[in-house]
Amino acid sequence: MDINQKFTPQSWPQHSETATMEGKNKFVGIWIFLASDTVLFASVFATYLALKDQGPAGMEFTAKGLFELPLAFMMTMLLLTSSLTSVYAMYHMKNHNAKGVITWMAMTVILGLGFLGLEIYEFVHYVHLGFGYTQSAFSSAFFTLVGTHGLHVVIGLIWITGLLIRNAKRGLNLYNAPKFFAASLYWHFIDVVWVFIFTVVYLMGVLG
Amino acid sequence: MSSVAKKKGFGGHVWDYLTTVDHKKIAILYLAAGTLFFAIAGFEALLMRIQLMIPNNDFISAGLFNELLTMHGTTMLFLAATPLLFAFMNAIVPLQIGARDVAFPFLNALGFWLFFFGAVFLHLSFFMGGAPDAGWTSYASLSLYSPGHGIDFYVLGLQISGAGTLISGINFIVTIITMRAPGMTFMRMPLFTWTTLVSSTLILFAFPPLTVGLFLMLVDRMFGANFFDHTMGGNTIIWEHLFWIFGHPEVYILVLPAFGLFSEIIPVFARKRLFGYSSMVFATILIGFLGFMVWAHHMFTTGLGATANAIFAVATMAIAVPTGMKVFNWILTIWGGSIKVTVPMLYALGFIPSFVAGGVTGVMQATAPLDYQLHDSYFIVAHFHYVIVGGIVTALFGSAHFYWPIMFNRTLSEKLGVLTFWVFFIGFHLTFFVQHFLGLMGMPRRVFTYMADQGWDTFNFISTIGALMMGVGVILLVINVLLSIKSAPVNRRDYWGDGRSLEWALETPLPFYNFKQTPLVRGYDPYWIEKQEGNKEGMVYAEPLGDIHMPNNSILPLVMSIGTFIAAFGALYSPWGDQAIAGTAESLSATGSLALLIGGLGLTVACMIIRSFKDDLGFHVHKEEVIQIEKELAEFRAKGGKR
Repeated sequence: MDINQKFTPQSWPQHSETATMEGKNKFVGIWIFLASDTVLFASVFATYLALKDQGPAGMEFTAKGLFELPLAFMMTMLLLTSSLTSVYAMYHMKNHNAKGVITWMAMTVILGLGFLGLEIYEFVHYVHLGFGYTQSAFSSAFFTLVGTHGLHVVIGLIWITGLLIRNAKRGLNLYNAPKFFAASLYWHFIDVVWVFIFTVVYLMGVLG
Repeated sequence: MSSVAKKKGFGGHVWDYLTTVDHKKIAILYLAAGTLFFAIAGFEALLMRIQLMIPNNDFISAGLFNELLTMHGTTMLFLAATPLLFAFMNAIVPLQIGARDVAFPFLNALGFWLFFFGAVFLHLSFFMGGAPDAGWTSYASLSLYSPGHGIDFYVLGLQISGAGTLISGINFIVTIITMRAPGMTFMRMPLFTWTTLVSSTLILFAFPPLTVGLFLMLVDRMFGANFFDHTMGGNTIIWEHLFWIFGHPEVYILVLPAFGLFSEIIPVFARKRLFGYSSMVFATILIGFLGFMVWAHHMFTTGLGATANAIFAVATMAIAVPTGMKVFNWILTIWGGSIKVTVPMLYALGFIPSFVAGGVTGVMQATAPLDYQLHDSYFIVAHFHYVIVGGIVTALFGSAHFYWPIMFNRTLSEKLGVLTFWVFFIGFHLTFFVQHFLGLMGMPRRVFTYMADQGWDTFNFISTIGALMMGVGVILLVINVLLSIKSAPVNRRDYWGDGRSLEWALETPLPFYNFKQTPLVRGYDPYWIEKQEGNKEGMVYAEPLGDIHMPNNSILPLVMSIGTFIAAFGALYSPWGDQAIAGTAESLSATGSLALLIGGLGLTVACMIIRSFKDDLGFHVHKEEVIQIEKELAEFRAKGGKR
C-alpha cells in the first residue's frame, strides 16, 4: 500500500475501508472487539438490574424518584444525532470527499461533547442530592453502568479528535480511510448501548 | 533482519526482544515467561504438599498456606498455562495458515507485555505485605474483608494481564479469518488452528465478565463502592456469577488448544490422516458453545434452586458428548496406523486415558445431588488436576518436544524425554489418583493441616511423594531444554519425517518472513499432499517471488504496559478504600495515589497518541534481499548451522 497514492472520486475504491490487507484487518478487528465490548456491557447491565433500588436499610433513593426523563431525552437526541452525522461522514468518505468527512466527524465530536456535558451535569446533580458513588449498592451500580458508557464516549471523542487533527490537511487515502471507518463503527456502538441504557435505566426506572 | 545477516551484541539482542513484533520471537517470550511462572507455581504446590505430607505438620503456617494455594491456582491458570499455550499459538498458527505474521503484530507485542507486567505485579505481592489469600476464585464474601493488600494485588494484576489476554485473543481471531493463504479454506485448516480460533472466541466472550467482576471488586475495596457489601444493599452472589461466567469457559480456553495440539501430534506419529476431521471441528465449536452454558455447576451449593441446578446439570452432562467424539476420533486415528512411539506420541498416549478419567469425574459432579457431597472436597481437586495436568500439561510437554525443531532449530533429547515422561506421568497419577479417595473420605480442600488417624495419613503421604516426582520430572525437562542448546541443529524441513501441515514445509531456521512466497494450499494436510506428489520444493506457491511487506519493531507496547503497571500502584495505595480507612492496609496520600494513577495511565495514553500520530507503514524486503537472505540461509544450513 502506498500512502502517497492519490485518488480521484472515480478511482477511489467502492469499499475503501477494506481495500487493503491492513484495512480489512482493522475492519474485522473492530467488529470482533465490539462483540467483546457487548459482553462487557451485558455484565454491567446485569449487575445494575440485580442492584437496582438496593441500599442500606431506610434508603430514600429509588429509580422512580430519582430519574427524570426530559434530561435523558435530550441526551438521547444529542447522541442519536451524533450517530447520524457520523453516517454522513462515511457517506462522504465513499465519494472521496475529505472535507465532508472532516466536517461531519467534527459535528459528531461537538454533539458528543454536548452529551458528555449533560451527563456530567446529571452526575453532579445526583451527588448534590446525596446520591454519591459510595452511598449504596444502587448508586455504585448506577454510576458504574452509566459511567462505563460515559468513559466509552470520552475514549471515542479523544479517538475521533485525534483522527481529525492528524488528517485535517492530508486528504483521504487507503491508510486513514479504515481508521475513520473503525471510529465511526465504534461510535455507532456507543449509541446503541445508550439506547439500552435509556430504556433499562431511565424508562424502566421511571415506570417503576 | 535475518539471524545470519547481522551480528548483534548482547544488548542488541535484548533490545531486539523488547521491541519485537515478530510472532516467532513473541512466542519465545511467552514460552520463557510462562515457564518461569509455571516453575514458581509448581514450587508453591510442592510447599503445600510437603505441609500436608504428615498430619499436624507445622512446615508452613496457615496464613502462608492460604497465600500459596491462592497464588498456585491463579498463577497456573492465568500466568502459566495461558502464556504457554499462547507460545505455541504464536509460533505455529501463522505458519499453519501460511501467513507472514499475525494480523496486528503491534497488538501481539502489547498483549505479551501487558500479561507480563500484570504477572510481575501480582508476584510483587509476596514482597509487599502479603500475597492474596482468598483462593483463585476469590469469592467476594471472603475477599472483601481480607486485610492488607493481597486481594488488591490479585484484582489489579489480573486486570492488567487479562487485558493482554483479550488483546491476543482478538488478534488470533482476526489473523485466522483474514490471513489464510490462498486455498486454505476453513474446512482445510489444521485442528490446532481451529481450536485456537474457537478458544480465542471464548476469550473474547469470557474475559469481559471477569474484567467487570474484577472492576467491581476493585472499586469496592479501593474506592468505597458497595457492590458486594450486603449492609449497603450489595450482593456477593454477583461475584460468583461473573467469576464463573468467565471461569468455566476459561477451562475450555485452555483445554481446546491442548486438544488441537494432540490432534496435530497423533496423525503425524500414527502416520494416518486425522480420523473424522469435520466431526472434530464440529465438536470443537460445540464444546466452545456449551462451555458458556454451564457456569452455575460451580454454584450448585449456592442455593440457586432446583430448576436452575437441573438445567445446568443437564447442560454440563451434554458437554461429555462432543468431548467423547474427540476421544474416539483420536483413538480411531491411532487405530490401524503405523505407529511411531516418540516422546510427543508418548504424551498423547498418556493423555487419552488420563483426560478421560478427569472427564468422567466431571460428569459425576454434574449430578447436582452428588455434587452436594463432593463440593469443596479433595475429589474436586483430583478432578480438575486430572483435566488440567492430564490434558493441558501433557499437551504442553508433548508439544515442546514436537515443535522444538521449528521454534529453535534444535531438538530435545528423546531418551531424556522418555525418562521425563515416565517420572512425571507416574508422579502425576500417584499425586492425584489417591486424592479422589481422600475426597470421598471427607477431606475438605484448602485446609492447611489435618488430624491424624482419620484414614487420611497414608494417601496424603503417597500424594506428596507423587508431587515430588512431578517436580523431578519438570527439572528433567528443564535439563533437557538446557542440553538442547548444545544439540545438533536441525537445518531442514519436516524434522519428524511425517509432517502433514504447512509448518513442516519450511526449512529451519526460519527466515523472519516465514514463506518467501505465499504457498498455495491444495487440500487438507497440504504438505502431505505435496510430499505424495514428490514435490521437492516443499510447497507450490500462489505468487511469484517479489517484495515482502513486514511490520516495524516498536518499543511502545513495553512502555504502555509499564504505564498500566505504575497506575496499578496508584489504585493499590488508594486512601479511599475500606482497608485503608480501617488502617489495616498501607495507603498513600490522595495526591500521591492520584499522581501515580494519572501519571501511569497518562503514559499509556501518550503512547497511544504517539502510535496514532506516527504513521507505521512497515517496510518492504525487496526481491533481491529475499534472494540474498535465502542464499545465506542455505549456506548456513549447508555448513551444519555454524556461522
